[in-house]
Amino acid sequence: MRTILYLIRKEFIQIFRNTFLARAIFGIPIVQMVILVPAVTFEIRNIELCVVDKDMSTESRQLISRIQGSEFFLLKHTTFNEKEADDMLHSDKCDMVLHIPENFGRNVTREGNDKIMVAVNAINATSAQLAWAYMRGILQDYNAELMVQNLQTGTPARMSFIETTNRFWYNPSLNYKYYMLPGILVILVTAIGLLLAGLNVVREKEMGTIEQLNVTPIRKYQFITAKLIPFLIIGLIDLAFGLLIGKILFNIPFNGSIALLFLFAALYLVAVLGLALFLSTLSSTQQQYLFVVFFILMIFILMSGIFTPAESMPLWAQQFNIINPAAYFMRVIRMVMLKGSGFSDVLPDIRGIILIGIGTISLAIWRYRKTV
Amino acid sequence: MINEKVIEVKDLVKKFGSFVANDNLTFDVYRGEIFGFLGANGAGKTTTLRILSGLSKPTSGDVRVAGFDIYRHAERVKRHIGYMCQKFSLYEDLTVAENIMLYGGIYGLPKKLIEGKTTELLESMDFTAYRKRIIGDLPLGMRQKLAFAVAILHDPDIVFLDEPTGGVDPITRRQFWEMIYKASADGITVFVTTHYMDEAEYCDRVSIMSEGRIVDIDSPAGLKDKYRCATVQDVFVKIARPSNNKTG
Repeated sequence: MRTILYLIRKEFIQIFRNTFLARAIFGIPIVQMVILVPAVTFEIRNIELCVVDKDMSTESRQLISRIQGSEFFLLKHTTFNEKEADDMLHSDKCDMVLHIPENFGRNVTREGNDKIMVAVNAINATSAQLAWAYMRGILQDYNAELMVQNLQTGTPARMSFIETTNRFWYNPSLNYKYYMLPGILVILVTAIGLLLAGLNVVREKEMGTIEQLNVTPIRKYQFITAKLIPFLIIGLIDLAFGLLIGKILFNIPFNGSIALLFLFAALYLVAVLGLALFLSTLSSTQQQYLFVVFFILMIFILMSGIFTPAESMPLWAQQFNIINPAAYFMRVIRMVMLKGSGFSDVLPDIRGIILIGIGTISLAIWRYRKTV
Repeated sequence: MINEKVIEVKDLVKKFGSFVANDNLTFDVYRGEIFGFLGANGAGKTTTLRILSGLSKPTSGDVRVAGFDIYRHAERVKRHIGYMCQKFSLYEDLTVAENIMLYGGIYGLPKKLIEGKTTELLESMDFTAYRKRIIGDLPLGMRQKLAFAVAILHDPDIVFLDEPTGGVDPITRRQFWEMIYKASADGITVFVTTHYMDEAEYCDRVSIMSEGRIVDIDSPAGLKDKYRCATVQDVFVKIARPSNNKTG
């Protein structure tokens, strides 16, 4: 036990004497929170719209002003020339073209119907679908209004329709930052864990200092524990720091228990650090280590459900997530922060992450060799 | 006392693939002696040293160090030995005192004792002013002396030194050997590899290796007599590089 304390003390002295590392530990969370959280969003605003209004009637202007009134669209250009509008779409100068045919107003009021056409640039399928959904909403509203007008102007008929209202639970204002911030925190904690601890061990190999340790009677578990605890503490400090920045900058809600989140984060870090230490025993240079970790980090994070819900991934991907520690943390941090889930809600995840942790730590201890 | 064996090696073989680094080595080292392990570059000295200090496993042969079998009790052997690597391997970003404290702690010495030893050590080396200096900032000779001091901090039975004075100036080399003598006088067996033949003259016994085999083992005087040479250097040239001798 005393041996471990001496070693841990040595790690902390080394980390904080390295001014770059000490700054990075506190700088990275700030940069990630300030830049990534507002930038990584699925909300679509400022869809650039080009309108081909061949009608120029009251009705067409009403429709256009409704579109302009919504916060999603930006009327970039109005023209009579269809080709010009298509060219704009082709050359990416606008995202959407709305064609209003001649006699639109007359047909709508007299005949009771007409057709308009919407063309969307769908290179980014998600944003195209969203843009189209917003546009359809506006058109439907307008449609309904026209119907009511028609009703008032004559033709008495009973119109019955179902009015729907909805409420979004856990994130009522559909604020994407609330969804993304916990995800960014997962990236932060994972990267700190995988990179710092692993590189530290590989650096000892490169410098040759590990050889001096290996001729001492130090036990394998002592070595692994002493390498694990400092980075566990740093990871938790970074998590707290990131949460604090999130609270100050974005007023992120925290509905659950902070203690529960940190308990889970500690278990998660043990699992990730175990993996880092295991990988470091396989690499002899920092370059090798970085190369391997880069891929693992990317797979872990993208599969964890940070952007796309893990539940809608293909079955094999969901099965892979059973061994992906980041998927557990991603789920739990959102559950605890946004839903206020309690201990019993996350118990299956706690069990899972403990099993992964036992696995990675055992691998690290088994693979660490005191001989060369 | 002098006849007590602290290292017993019998038929030691170490192969890396098809390359035989140590070819049937057999030798003993006695308690308290300074044992010089000589040989040209690539003769297999470091390989043997690593096996004796438990950093590497032999392919075959019997090896006992400090009374323990190297196969079954490698970790127990480590309690009784000190080791100084060819490459400087204290923590360069820690201070002198922090390095001593760390290794003292790893060997389980009480904190008070470590502090006392630190003061004593630094005084004996005239290093008191450097106690809080980062080791990486110190000159090579000073670092090597510190590395030796740390290697014998826990009063081991045997200390293994792998080319401890490589690149060190002559004055510091002399001081280094004074430290070795003192350790030897305190009962620590010193197992040292070197390329400096004047240092070989300081040893109680030397072994000369060539291409993985031990060519001869004796006291410096005995070797000089046997090969009719004036210095160990001449003996070395004569027997460690037979191919050189023929062409020269």
